[in-house]
Amino acid sequence: MGRYLLRRLLQLVPVFIGTTLMIYSLVWAVPGDPFAGKCGDRACPENYVAAMTEKYHLDEPFFVQYAIYMKNLFMGDFGSTWSGRSVNDIIATSYPNTLKLAAVALLIEAVIGLTAGVLTGLRRNGFLDNLVLISTLFLIALPVFVVGFVLQWLFGVQWEIVKPTVSSEMRFTELILPGFVLGSASMAYVARVARTSIAENRRADYVRTAIAKGLPMRRVVGIHLLRNSLIPVVTLLGTDLGALMGGAIITEGIFGVNGIGRQVLRAIVTKESATVVSIVVVLVLVYLLMNLLVDLLYAALDPRIRYE
Amino acid sequence: MRVSKRASGAIAAGAAFALIASGCSSSSDEGGDATKTTDGSIIVDGHEPENPLVPANTTETGGGKVIDWIFTGLVEYPNNGGAPQNALAESIETTDSKVYKIKIKQNTKFHDGTVVKAKNFVDAWNWGAYSPNGAQNASFFADIAGFADVNTSDPDGDGPKKAPEPTAKEMSGLKVVDDWTFEVTLAAPTAVFPTKLGYSTFMPLPDAFFAGKAEDFGKNPIGNGPVKFVSWEPNVAIKLTRFDDYSLRDKMKIKDVTVKMYQDDTAAYSDLVSGNLDFMQQVPVSSLAGDNWKNDLGDRAIPSTTPVTGIIAFPIYDARFKNADLRKAISLSINRQEISDKIFFGNRKPADSWANPLTPGAKPGNCTSCKYDPEQAKALYAKSGGFKGQLKLYYNADASHKEWMEAVAQQIKTTLGIDAVATGVPTFAVFRQNINAHKMDGMYRAGWQQDYPDVENWVNPLYVTGGSSNDGLYSNPEVDALAKQAGAAPSLEASHDLFAQAVAKIDNDVPSIPVYFGGQQSGHSEKIKKMELSNVGELDITSVEL
Repeated sequence: MGRYLLRRLLQLVPVFIGTTLMIYSLVWAVPGDPFAGKCGDRACPENYVAAMTEKYHLDEPFFVQYAIYMKNLFMGDFGSTWSGRSVNDIIATSYPNTLKLAAVALLIEAVIGLTAGVLTGLRRNGFLDNLVLISTLFLIALPVFVVGFVLQWLFGVQWEIVKPTVSSEMRFTELILPGFVLGSASMAYVARVARTSIAENRRADYVRTAIAKGLPMRRVVGIHLLRNSLIPVVTLLGTDLGALMGGAIITEGIFGVNGIGRQVLRAIVTKESATVVSIVVVLVLVYLLMNLLVDLLYAALDPRIRYE
Repeated sequence: MRVSKRASGAIAAGAAFALIASGCSSSSDEGGDATKTTDGSIIVDGHEPENPLVPANTTETGGGKVIDWIFTGLVEYPNNGGAPQNALAESIETTDSKVYKIKIKQNTKFHDGTVVKAKNFVDAWNWGAYSPNGAQNASFFADIAGFADVNTSDPDGDGPKKAPEPTAKEMSGLKVVDDWTFEVTLAAPTAVFPTKLGYSTFMPLPDAFFAGKAEDFGKNPIGNGPVKFVSWEPNVAIKLTRFDDYSLRDKMKIKDVTVKMYQDDTAAYSDLVSGNLDFMQQVPVSSLAGDNWKNDLGDRAIPSTTPVTGIIAFPIYDARFKNADLRKAISLSINRQEISDKIFFGNRKPADSWANPLTPGAKPGNCTSCKYDPEQAKALYAKSGGFKGQLKLYYNADASHKEWMEAVAQQIKTTLGIDAVATGVPTFAVFRQNINAHKMDGMYRAGWQQDYPDVENWVNPLYVTGGSSNDGLYSNPEVDALAKQAGAAPSLEASHDLFAQAVAKIDNDVPSIPVYFGGQQSGHSEKIKKMELSNVGELDITSVEL
C-alpha cells in the first residue's frame, strides 16, 4: 500500500512536467500578438510594447521562456498577468470559489443522483422509475446554459426566491442553484449508472442469500447491495470533481462566480501564458489526486482489491 | 480612444458611450430624497481594468470609468456634449494658441490630503511622455514642445534595434511659474489643446505617485476627484466612496459606489431586472430584440446616442482599392437605413456624416456617399473599371459584428455584382495585428469613439497622413495642409471652418465608409431616482440621487 502510494505520487512528476510543457507550447502557439488589440482601433505605442516585451521576456525563444517560467514556478512564483497582478493571488482567490461551487455540485449530484438511482433500481418500471428516466433524459439532452438561464430567470428574476447572481462571500445557500445547474447532467448519469448497477446486483446470488437469511431489507440494500454497486458510481463521482471544476466556465459566467473558468478564458484570449498554464496545472493536479483517491476507495468498497 | 471591454475584449460596437443628444437623461424630474441620498450606496456594472489605474496608461473603458470618477482635470466635458468648461482650471489663457498660461484653483486636495499644485500637473505629464515609462497614452503629449526629446522610438520601426535613451527627462515646453500657475509651450499652434485637457491622460498626480512604483500606485490610486478609491478586489469589485473634502462643482451626493465586475452581461442584466444592480451602461444584445429591455425596465430604460461611428475602412495601400470611384460606388451601394432597422432594431442610426454629429464642430450630413443610390453606384462602378476577384470584408468574430457585416457584403453583391463576402477573424488581437502591420487584403470593420469632443479628433487621427489610426494609409496633401491650418487657427470657430473644408476633400476621396452612429441602451434600478449620463454615455456618478 505504502509503496503503491509512493509510486503513484512519483508518477505525478513526469505528468506535471509534460502537461506544463504542452500547455505552455499551446498558449505560445495561439495566434495574435497580445498587445495588438490592447489599445483599440489604434496601434499601441511601440515604447509600451517594448517595455512589456522586455518585462515578460517575450522576445526570448520558446524554451528560454518556458525555463524562466518553470524556474519561477519552483520558487513558488506563478508569474504575473499583463496588468501586473500576481497569478498566485488570482489562484488564491479564484480556486476556492470554483472548488466550493464544484463541491456543492458534487454533493447535490451524489445525494439526488444516488437516491434516485437506488429507488428506481429497486423498483423498476414503476411510476418513479419512468419519471426519473424521462427527467434524466431531459437533463442530459439540455445544454447546461439552457438549464442555467431558465432556472436563473425563474428563481432569480420571476419568483425572486434567490438573487440571480452569487455574491463575493459565496454563501452555501447562494450556491445551491448554480451547483444544481453545474451538476445536473452528471446527476442524471449518476442516477442511471446507479440504477443499472443496483438492478443488476439485485439478482445476484449473494443478495438472494442475504434475503433468505432473513436479514432486514434495510441491511440487505444498505450494506450488501449498495456497497457492491457503488464502484462504478464512485469512479464517476471521483473523476467528476475535476470535470466540474474545469467545466464550470459556463455556469460561472451565468451566475457571476469569480472562478477559474473566467480567468482561463480571459487569459487565453489575451494570450497570457503564465495565467493559463498555472491554473490548468493546478487543475491537472486535482485530477491526478482525485484519481488516486478513487483508486484507494475501491479497496474500501471491495476488500478483494489489493494494491501492488 | 478607449477600448470597450464588452463582448470579449473587442470594441463592441455601440457599447461605448455617450449622451442623449438633447442633454441630460434623467428619468425623473423631482429628484431624490435628501437623507436617503446622503447615506445611500449603489452598485454599478463594470469590467476588470486591464492595467493598474494610472491615467496615462488606461486605454479601455473598464479602468477608464473609474479614472474618470476619481480624478478631476483642468477642464470637464458637460453632459450635454457642449463645449468644455473649466473644472480645476481657474483660467487657461493664450494669445497665439501656442503658449498657454494655465492657472488652477487654489487649495483643492488630493485624496491623501495633499494640495493640488501646478507641479502635480507638470510632473504627471512629464512622466506620461517619458518613453521608458511605456505609457499607452504617451502620444497625447506630442503637441508639447520638447516631446521628441523625452519620447524616442525604435529608428527602423519594428526592432531589432532598441529605441535610444531619451536625451531629456522633462519636456522643455512645460514650466512651473508658481504653486498655482504653469505655462505650456506647444511645438506648433494648436487651437484644440485646451479641449484635450479634459481627457484622462492629462490628470494631475499626487507626490505619492512619484515616490513609489507606478504599478503599486495603480493598485491603490490617489486621485483628486469627487470619488475616493477604497479597495479593489480583482475580478470581483472596486469599492469607492465620496471624497468629503472635495470643493469643486460636481460633489457626489450619494455615499458609496461599488463597481461590480461581470463576466457575462446577461448575468448583470438579470441582476438589474431583479433590483440587485443599480445601473447597467449597456444592456445585452439578447434583450434588444423585440424591445424586450423596454418591457423589462419600463421608464428605467434609457436609450441614448453616443459619439461613436461604425466604419468600414479601405486598405488604400492595396492597389485594387486605389480608385476613388470604386470606393464611392461601394459606399453608395450600402442601404444604411435597412441595416439600422433590421439589424440594430433602430438602436443605431444610419451614418450620414464623417465626424459624429454629437461632436462640437462636426457638420451633419456632409458625407455625400453615405446615401443609398444603386444607380449612381453602378455608373461609378462601371467608370472605375470594376473589381477583380473576391472582395473580403473582415471583422473580429469575438464581438457581435457578423450580422451587419454580412448584410453590407450582401448589399454590395446585389448592387454591384462583386463577389463580396464577410470574413470573420477569430479574435480582436489577431484582427488588429494584421491591420497594424498593413497586411489586409480586403476591407475591414473599424470603429471610432472620440477621445475629446472636437471635430479635430475625427480628422487628424483617421485621415491625415501618419495619423495614429490612419491604418489604411490614406494620404491627400490637400487634406494634410488644411488640417494643419485648422489646427493652428487662432480660434476654435476658425479651426472648425477649416476642418469642414478638409472634410469636404475627404468626402471626394471616400477613404472609408461610415455605416452607423452609435447608440446605447442603459438601465437603472428603482432605487435611483435621478441620474445623468456623461458626454460619452458613462454614468455621471455625481448626478445620482436616491
